[in-house]
Amino acid sequence: MNETILTLEQRFGARLEAHRRDSLVFVSVPADRAAQAVAWLRDRGGFTHLVMISCVDWIERGTFRLLYLLSSPQERRDIGVYVDIPRDAPSMESIHHLWAGAKVYQRELREMFGIDFPGSPGVNDPMILEGWHDIPPMRRDFDTLAYAERTYYPREGRSTRDPAADTAERVYPTDEELRRGIADLARRTYPGGSKDGES
Amino acid sequence: MSTAARQTDPWYPVWAERPSFDLASGKYLKIWQGPQHPGVSGNMALELTVEGDIVRDCRAHVGYLHRGFEKLMERRKYMNCFPIVCRICVPEPDFNEHLFASAVEELAGIEIPERAKWIRTLTLELARIAFLTMGLGGQAGSFGLGTVGQWCIVHRDYVLDLFEELTGHRIYHMYIIPGGLRHDLTPGFAERTEAVLRKIEKLMDEVQKVLFDNAVIMSRTDGLGVIPRPWVDPYGIAGTNARAAGSSRDVRSDSPYLVYDDLDFAPIVGERSDAYGRSLLRKREILMSAGLIRRILSRIPDGPVRVKLPNPLHWKVPAGETFVRAESGRGEMGYFMVSDGTGFPRRVHVRGPSYTHAMALFEELVRGVSIADVAGLMASLQICPPEIER
Repeated sequence: MNETILTLEQRFGARLEAHRRDSLVFVSVPADRAAQAVAWLRDRGGFTHLVMISCVDWIERGTFRLLYLLSSPQERRDIGVYVDIPRDAPSMESIHHLWAGAKVYQRELREMFGIDFPGSPGVNDPMILEGWHDIPPMRRDFDTLAYAERTYYPREGRSTRDPAADTAERVYPTDEELRRGIADLARRTYPGGSKDGES
Repeated sequence: MSTAARQTDPWYPVWAERPSFDLASGKYLKIWQGPQHPGVSGNMALELTVEGDIVRDCRAHVGYLHRGFEKLMERRKYMNCFPIVCRICVPEPDFNEHLFASAVEELAGIEIPERAKWIRTLTLELARIAFLTMGLGGQAGSFGLGTVGQWCIVHRDYVLDLFEELTGHRIYHMYIIPGGLRHDLTPGFAERTEAVLRKIEKLMDEVQKVLFDNAVIMSRTDGLGVIPRPWVDPYGIAGTNARAAGSSRDVRSDSPYLVYDDLDFAPIVGERSDAYGRSLLRKREILMSAGLIRRILSRIPDGPVRVKLPNPLHWKVPAGETFVRAESGRGEMGYFMVSDGTGFPRRVHVRGPSYTHAMALFEELVRGVSIADVAGLMASLQICPPEIER
């Protein structure tokens, strides 16, 4: 693994980010050389299995951090290749020519984070979201609560209660209730309860 | 390039081969299988272009089950994520619980007790049996052999009875938590497990006679959806689909987790890579899991099942990232987790084996298959749509 990291550092300007365990390290590679580095790992490094392509939105740094997680079935090791791309113009070279399964991940990243992968087959086709007109939902600045309030209507017959007041009212008996006993308390907590309870 | 050449060149760009069809010619017809259809394993839709009753092209559509689990987890404390993660795959929730818990444990530097490791392995193997048995029933049902389907569902329910006794729940167990397990085994659990395992072994004898020795099944599954061995890497094929194709890849032996190091076993590698071979391999894996469970039950050490955790409502996991994986019934399942040092996970990405099986691989395998066999092919890949959408 050390030789692989050394080669990545020398040839592709990689930097070791984290050494989680002997079989799993994370390196970061500049965006313009990332596809080459990933291709080198596949063809020369023995990392023939693409486990996943993922993305972390570091909104405070203004970057998306892409992750290409590769696995070497022979050496039984994994390497995560991080690629930082700017958040305001997110675009990355496609690797669909390296792994047939990569186009699916890229299509999902396009939809969920708005990252473009020019040339990837069907990358602009909606995958999970249909008729979506908001900002990509997996971005950190997507407000799920505001979206839900705007999109869905409150159902008839439902009311919202304050959790603290509701707990105090329903769970803890008042002094008067304690004096009158448990049967009265049960009647009030479960109004219209079973016949057994009323008898 | 010919099919033979495509099969010998593992990195041949099959994506570039998508042909176009002139629907106006009247020669081709577009039909939809799903999203509500008995021949689709879960809620997903197949957009099929057919010529006569032969499928010429297919596009798989997902999105009918999207609940935004990964997004929800970003706004929840680590412990609050457990009711979510188990719902990512309905037939096999335990793998999600174990992987989420072990990712948190790795980031937080928690070592779980030895007994908890053994019992976790036991629950994972029981989950594999439950899923593979149901999958075998689904495979039989997709070819019109509903009787075997019902036998298999009943026997899965026997395993769910064990889960109900152990965890209090039948489907979503929420039994595995960071630091170990919620509670210990119940008294007499081993004996009742043994009784269920005997029932399942007896069922497998009957399934062999009714399903695998059935002339109709043999002729319909023969050569259906053959996965060439060189496709395993380009398509990211895992689990029984890869092992039936001749790969010996099994996370349990390749990167042993929990106590798989102590269990002497070798992955089963199949000889046939069509629907028949994959189903037969699954039957053998059910029997192998039964053997593993017996070995686990005879060796579980005494001791605690949980370590003391910080207050889960004020628990801050140290910053960092990790990836953990396990061998589920469908293949390699993994969790990538990033913590930024707060009480909430910064990012959780679930890698389910169905992701590439359903989208890239299935679209390729279904070309040239009869419409009647599409359901059988889908069942033979054991596709689980909920984990595609997360």
